[in-house]
Amino acid sequence: MAVSIRTEGEAAGLAPLSNRSTSGASWDQPIILRLVSIVLFAGIWEVAGRIPVSFAFPTFSDTIVAFFGLLADGSLATAYLSTLQPLVLGVVLSAFLGVGLGTICGLWRTGEWLMIPVFIVLQAAPVAAFIPMVTFVYGIGMTAKTLAVMILALPVIVLNTYKAVRNVNESLLVMCRSFLGTRWQTVAKIILPDASPVIFAGLRLGVAAGFVGVVLAELLITPTGIGDLITFHRSRADYAEMYATIASIIALSTLTLVFLQWVEVRVFRPESRGA
Amino acid sequence: MGATALRNGPSPVPAPIDSIVEVRGISKTYGNVEALRGIDLDFPRGKLTSLLGPSGCGKTTLLKIIAGLTRADGGTVAINGKRVSAPGPERAFVFQDFALMPWATVTRNVAFGLELRGTNKAEREETAHRYIAEVGLAGFEDKYPHELSGGMRQRVGLARALSVDADVLLLDEPFSAVDEQNRRKFQEDLIRLRTNQNKTFIFVTHSIEEAVYISDRIVLLSPRPGRVSQIIEPEIDRSGDPERIHRDRHYLDTVEEIWQGLKQYVE
Ligand SMILES: Nc1ncnc2c1ncn2[C@@H]1O[C@H](COP(=O)(O)OP(=O)(O)OP(=O)(O)O)[C@@H](O)[C@H]1O
Ligand SMILES: [Mg+2]
Repeated sequence: MAVSIRTEGEAAGLAPLSNRSTSGASWDQPIILRLVSIVLFAGIWEVAGRIPVSFAFPTFSDTIVAFFGLLADGSLATAYLSTLQPLVLGVVLSAFLGVGLGTICGLWRTGEWLMIPVFIVLQAAPVAAFIPMVTFVYGIGMTAKTLAVMILALPVIVLNTYKAVRNVNESLLVMCRSFLGTRWQTVAKIILPDASPVIFAGLRLGVAAGFVGVVLAELLITPTGIGDLITFHRSRADYAEMYATIASIIALSTLTLVFLQWVEVRVFRPESRGA
Repeated sequence: MGATALRNGPSPVPAPIDSIVEVRGISKTYGNVEALRGIDLDFPRGKLTSLLGPSGCGKTTLLKIIAGLTRADGGTVAINGKRVSAPGPERAFVFQDFALMPWATVTRNVAFGLELRGTNKAEREETAHRYIAEVGLAGFEDKYPHELSGGMRQRVGLARALSVDADVLLLDEPFSAVDEQNRRKFQEDLIRLRTNQNKTFIFVTHSIEEAVYISDRIVLLSPRPGRVSQIIEPEIDRSGDPERIHRDRHYLDTVEEIWQGLKQYVE
């Protein structure tokens, strides 16, 4: 009897929840632990900078000072203004397009055959190699940078969404049909919520890839924005400034991912918020 | 056999006076597995009919065909005299694996049938709360399914089916994933519900005791291909103490009688 209870729970998609709620519990852990982790990281950086590991490796404190310098002279703001436009545009387009295409491929056989192989190839390919090609076709403006973001972000979002939609809980579909759900209602009320954890995992990977795309584009093709700021300070051997710029974009990327997770838990899977 | 009305032999079975569900000549084959052959059945209005039979004899298949969730290869199903081949508002299903949305609260799960029908939020939540109380889950309205025990989850499934106000409730082994204590309690609640709600229940089980305990009518199916082998009406007085019913001689005789009938298939 006990065995059969367990099987039923898994069949109803309930077993993974227990994992999710445990991971949700660490969310509520004392903020002190996280601060300790940050302080530890900064300390190791500081020590490594003082040894020094490399003449091109600044200390943590120098980097912080350089960061405020960049903030004060406005160069960081100017750079972000130029980087964020294609990044936000590319990520938002990829998110909507990716979830849309992925859902279509998951629901519609023909769409699956037409599109999925393309995205599988794109995901497997060293996509960064396409970026010079994009410049060749679209020049070095905003379009090229947005495309670079999308080339990197889109495949993983499409493929994750597609997989999640394909593997939707069969018994919930039958339930929805038996209570007279229309096709649209089934997609909106069952398929997407059921797929949302995997879709969001894809979105997080996609957003991270989008950051890679925009920085690559700025390093490889259009010397503007954050990429340009990094190149510029490297050429002048201002390593503290260079590291400050790099650290700032890593921090921004991390904050974006944390925000996405927050949205997911808050809006789509309230049950995983834990106790 | 005393008050037990017993009709032997396969179909056709004479139609009772007022039957809400009429099944005629239903057959179903999966690949080369013949699951059902020529099923003729009538389900009397306001009664609880059990489909009982050995594992794999096609009970779930028959129930899903009545629900409109599976297509039959041949034959017809009529509800209130109207032929149906898809799910409809006059039927509601209770699933063996509960089929609850893990991301939705008990209230939203129970109100889901009404939500799909476009009932406004206030109204459907009021209805949901009423049925949540009816199945004994008052106080759990805002919990999520993973916070409930198996028995409680199935109560949510039952409340969801009740809240759409269908005439016919189709239950596929609703207690098979529920522990024994909860199962007993649930059976008693079902008997009570059947009395108050004036609905028709079609109940799949493979427990003889369960069938005899709760049913007005038991349809015995033979193993593959599933056919109607016997219809039994255990006229058991359920008004008294549930413990007394389990010791009632008539109850025990009926269980034994069905066991004798089924034994041939097991050996
Ligand atoms: N979707 C399907 N595809 C192929 N064969 C199926 C399918 N569903 C059921 N069957 C087969 O049809 C037969 C009847 O199945 P069904 O699930 O209706 O039996 P059941 O009486 O409900 O059994 P149980 O008591 O085990 O639930 C079984 O042999 C089963 O293997
Ligand atoms: Mg079954």
